[in-house]
Amino acid sequence: MQAIYDWAQDLYQRTGINLVFIYEEYERVRFIEGLQNTLWLAIICVVLSVVIGVVGAWLQGSHFRVLRLVVAGYIQFFRNTPPLVQLLFFYFALGKTLENLGVMPMYDAGGWQQPLIGNFGWAVVSLSFFAGSFNVEIFRSGIEAVPTSTREAAEALGYTRLKSYIYIVLPLAFRVSLPALNNNLVNLVKTTTLAYVIAVPEMMYTANQIWSDNVNVPEMMATLFIVYVTLVGVLVWLMHRWERAMRIPGVGQTA
Amino acid sequence: MIQRLSAFALSVAIGLMAAGAAQAQCKNETLKKVLDRGKIVVGVKADYKPWGFRDTGGNLVGMEIDMAKDVADALGVGVELVPVQSSNRMQFLQQGKIDLMIATMSDRADRRKVVGIPEPPYYTSGTNVLAKKGMVKSWDDLRGKPVCGKQGAFYNKATSQRYGANIVAFVGNAEAKQALKDGRCIAWVYDDSSIMADLASGDWNDYEMPLNTEDDNPWGLAVPLEERSCLFGNFMSGMIYNWHVSGRLMELEKKWGIQPTSYLQKMKDKLDFDRSYLQ
Repeated sequence: MQAIYDWAQDLYQRTGINLVFIYEEYERVRFIEGLQNTLWLAIICVVLSVVIGVVGAWLQGSHFRVLRLVVAGYIQFFRNTPPLVQLLFFYFALGKTLENLGVMPMYDAGGWQQPLIGNFGWAVVSLSFFAGSFNVEIFRSGIEAVPTSTREAAEALGYTRLKSYIYIVLPLAFRVSLPALNNNLVNLVKTTTLAYVIAVPEMMYTANQIWSDNVNVPEMMATLFIVYVTLVGVLVWLMHRWERAMRIPGVGQTA
Repeated sequence: MIQRLSAFALSVAIGLMAAGAAQAQCKNETLKKVLDRGKIVVGVKADYKPWGFRDTGGNLVGMEIDMAKDVADALGVGVELVPVQSSNRMQFLQQGKIDLMIATMSDRADRRKVVGIPEPPYYTSGTNVLAKKGMVKSWDDLRGKPVCGKQGAFYNKATSQRYGANIVAFVGNAEAKQALKDGRCIAWVYDDSSIMADLASGDWNDYEMPLNTEDDNPWGLAVPLEERSCLFGNFMSGMIYNWHVSGRLMELEKKWGIQPTSYLQKMKDKLDFDRSYLQ
């Protein structure tokens, strides 16, 4: 490790390229925390948004009109407003209102009352629901691609609506939805940078703090780029592996 | 004989050159202009309560406006106030749109190359916090607690490194202050003069600025660069010196409801000399 620190220090002295987050301990700790927060935020939001998509798509086909309307309203609200506005709204308007109404559970952070859902929590809620609203529609497209005859066959075999969704419709729909889902999840990972407006110390926020204190803007910009290219690269690679592992010969592929 | 004559001629020549140079250096045009038109044009802040702001009648008032009037009185001329902003105040002075600038400007080396900043400084500002009354008593009280700040401000790192505060930095001051009001952080760390301005605005009556200011940076007023070492610059140095010694700045601080700074007392003690031999 020390060798890498020395290399970065030496690089700065020789070329003026200041990778301060490698050789200075304070900045290094900040940087790693930022990276961890971005990873956590991305993983939690990806999982939650897929769950929201699966559940939402099932509710869309419900027999209850009210449920269908609720899902439609949810999609309209989250898909049609900018994620930046949502983050600010959730954190500053909704969060505070819930606290004022006494609905928000509080916990004691060392003689200091903090709401259970803080800025990280609101970022998770807002980003998951934002990406989830797209996922609902993505899964709907997959569900609609499942032939009616297949669903009728399941019904004839005595499957309930939920059972047929879980065992017959969703497994087929999922495979059809995966390419579109990929796109949306990649977008979601990139959108986590917006959480810096509500002071979630993720990668973007941390890079901003580091370049403000060290005036190494180009270096940090380049670092940000590399971090996100790597992060999205890993996600895409995983999704492709998953897609291949789930392939059913003869379904959805002509070759 | 010839040697002596030439030495004489040389010394005369040098003397003339020196005189010429001195003349070229100090044309004192600004001050002449001011006295000719019987009015000094002073650039002041219009949005920085209580140093320079507009009262309900739309007039520019504040501590620095009072200082501008003192200067006009000492010159025996009238005063015209021109509102300036941090981003254009030095250009206004360079272009001759104003004769003098008193606009909450920090005295920094790069600025001294652009405008003439006479010594001593007349005020100072540094890092402090705004917090609910009774919440914070010392800088160490911030340890491990969330402290709101503005993204990019240099005090963030200093406060977290020195006192272990957990800085929660927002994009703008409005968001940071809203988060403080919402109880999401124990304090808001920023420039003390800006915090004083907030306290003076009356919107923060349950709040206080409880700590000793750190990382002080003095403020300088400015004259055109070429006149710093000439009549105008020296005159302003005298004005500032007397403001400090007479206690006029402390009086103005009190008049405008600014929390007294130890800096003014320190400067008064430092600049005031022992007059006991006169008795």
